[in-house]
Amino acid sequence: MDKLNNQAVLQKITARFGERITIATEPAGLLTFETSKENIVEVLHYLKEDEELQFNFLTDITGIHYPEQALPIGVVYHLHSLTNNIRIRIKVFLEADKPTIASATPLWEGANWMERETYDFFGIIFEGHPNLVRILNVDDMTVFPMRKEYPLEDPNRVDKKDYFFGR
Amino acid sequence: MSDIKLVSAPPGVEGSGFFATALDKAVGIARANSLWPLPFATSCCGIEFMATMGSHYDFARFGSERPSFSPRQADLLMVMGTIAKKMGPILRQVYIQMAEPRWVMAVGACASSGGIFDSYSVLQGIDEIIPVDVYVPGCPPRPEAIIDGLTKIQELVRNESLRRRESPEYKALLGKYGIL
Amino acid sequence: MSHNHLVFTDNDPQNETTTLNLGPTHPATHGVFQNVLEMDGERIVSGVSTIGYIHRAFEKIAEHRPFYQITPLTDRMNYCSSPINNMGWHMTVEKLLDIKMPKRVDYMRVIVMELARISDHLICNGILGVDTGAFSGFLYLMEEREHIYEVYEEICGARLTTNIGRIGGFERDFNDIAFAKIRKFLKNFPPILKQFETLFNRNRIFIDRTSGIAAVDPETALNYSWSGPILRATGVDYDVRINEPYSSYEDFDFEIPVGTSGDVYDRFIVRNEEMWQSLRIIEQALQKIEKEPKGVFHADVPEFYLPPKEEVYNNMEALIYHFKIVMGEIDAPKKEVYHAVEGGNGELGFYLVSDGGRSPYRLHFRRPSFINYQMYAPMSRGMLLSDAILNMSSLNVIAGELDA
Repeated sequence: MDKLNNQAVLQKITARFGERITIATEPAGLLTFETSKENIVEVLHYLKEDEELQFNFLTDITGIHYPEQALPIGVVYHLHSLTNNIRIRIKVFLEADKPTIASATPLWEGANWMERETYDFFGIIFEGHPNLVRILNVDDMTVFPMRKEYPLEDPNRVDKKDYFFGR
Repeated sequence: MSDIKLVSAPPGVEGSGFFATALDKAVGIARANSLWPLPFATSCCGIEFMATMGSHYDFARFGSERPSFSPRQADLLMVMGTIAKKMGPILRQVYIQMAEPRWVMAVGACASSGGIFDSYSVLQGIDEIIPVDVYVPGCPPRPEAIIDGLTKIQELVRNESLRRRESPEYKALLGKYGIL
Repeated sequence: MSHNHLVFTDNDPQNETTTLNLGPTHPATHGVFQNVLEMDGERIVSGVSTIGYIHRAFEKIAEHRPFYQITPLTDRMNYCSSPINNMGWHMTVEKLLDIKMPKRVDYMRVIVMELARISDHLICNGILGVDTGAFSGFLYLMEEREHIYEVYEEICGARLTTNIGRIGGFERDFNDIAFAKIRKFLKNFPPILKQFETLFNRNRIFIDRTSGIAAVDPETALNYSWSGPILRATGVDYDVRINEPYSSYEDFDFEIPVGTSGDVYDRFIVRNEEMWQSLRIIEQALQKIEKEPKGVFHADVPEFYLPPKEEVYNNMEALIYHFKIVMGEIDAPKKEVYHAVEGGNGELGFYLVSDGGRSPYRLHFRRPSFINYQMYAPMSRGMLLSDAILNMSSLNVIAGELDA
């Protein structure tokens, strides 16, 4: 079997989805493209089920926040085709106010906690997730700490005087 | 003759057939040499505690043969590792469940001060929620440092007055943490 | 005390299930995980896992630290095999900065990483023995782990949270004592491991306790994104070292042990066999290092590699580079990279997004413990409580890696 390379994968995906796939790049040799939240389930489904591609291993789901963008909240999927030994990265950008995207749990059980973690950090709502509650932070937390507007340090600290730190 | 060192008797008055010393001292010796630690190990320092407990460093030499996993039967709470805010109430609960007299040892930078994790989710030192007797610095402290911390605790235990736990100062200290 | 919280019923207590709180500080769990289990006698009917008890916000802290200050954070993730985390992070940044390592540095890294893998598996298998009631194996192995720590100490000065290496290589060359200690370990460890294996591998009690417990088929394991020894125990030969060789793993001759049934016993055997393979790799690496030019321990990239302190004090250029690196004025490209290494528990991935600044714009850790552990509660159904404990030890979930 000749090895699948990024170009071949990209060709197959663009042949299938055409305009619905945007901004395909290859940072550090890893094929990356964007799609919209309407198409993400179809794209993931296709990548997983296609007989040649077989992106059967969900490596990771995470989020990213670009406050300046029109669609600031991003969801980043890393998939891995163990049979072809090739990785792929898919990004979807969402609106800041109540970002909602379809859950990947019907495709991979493993997406469950990854999506919960992403919800916990970024407040991204995964529709169709069986149990979308906070996972790492305390339940009564009201903010989504990984968003850029929230500070790293606990704002309620009183023992840390700014003048000790030159601030 | 074995070369095992036994604890020497406290200063006292000795004569034929009797030995008189303060009750404080006798009790102190007994307590100090049979501390039952509760290892409250959460992260990296817990692994170093495992090494301390293991065959190489052998923590049991100091009378702590029995790590007590039940707070009810423990004398010494050894907090090892980062205590996140989610964990805080549980640590407090464990401390409250321990019977007097009880001692607390904060092992490692995280338990002592939050360490390198100056973030929204980490408690900046366990002394925000419970009183601490001995702090062991290090990230993580070497087993020797943990043993040194234990000997410091033993020192405290040996010299503690029997009435300390009833004293108004102690009550005020606990009151400061809302524990009574 | 008032008794008004009591509710008296006529239900037969035999028909009721019990709720058991396993954790977060249960002695049998080796870490801070909470599992609320519904028990029917000794059997688990259902369970819910709660995690996050040592959530330390690594990813948020990483956004505020320059690249070289993130190494200590990675230490504290999987603290049983910190060097693998350190190296993984260094290699991620090197991928971002496009630095090519000299072969000798690669081999030095391989030695340290394989030592770390051994120490990780030692703890896991030793503890598994303790949980089945055999304490002696653990004591044997802890003694050997101390020898690995002595090697670390010789190389970097620390035991557990090693902070080993720099971006661009190592902070110093391995000295002769370090090499001697590694050789001594290679000589002394195999008999101990053999003894450990004779204690366990064909031990009737151990086999009865572990064989067939928590068996997982490969489809389910992949569906749950498992990786590492527990995935290989199910029969899937996925190992990052082979699939995407990093740090010159392609130069080495070693095998990937796989199991057949994915049960606790297979995981134990796979880990044991991996230790033998790690020893093979270290041996080869020592031979390969001999052939490389002596004294090379970092890449020739002064703009990214933190210069040694004596250079900083005596050499103008080194001082400038030191200042630039510490103040974060290095020219990091605007790029995103994903780099995976085979950690003690599976694929440890670093997803680094750089906006050219001194610290990452976003850094996400793909933590194998976190992803492996999510199957724990669903797979515990129908298990005996004591078997569920064994299952947990053989998953080797490290709390620091779980909660980040």
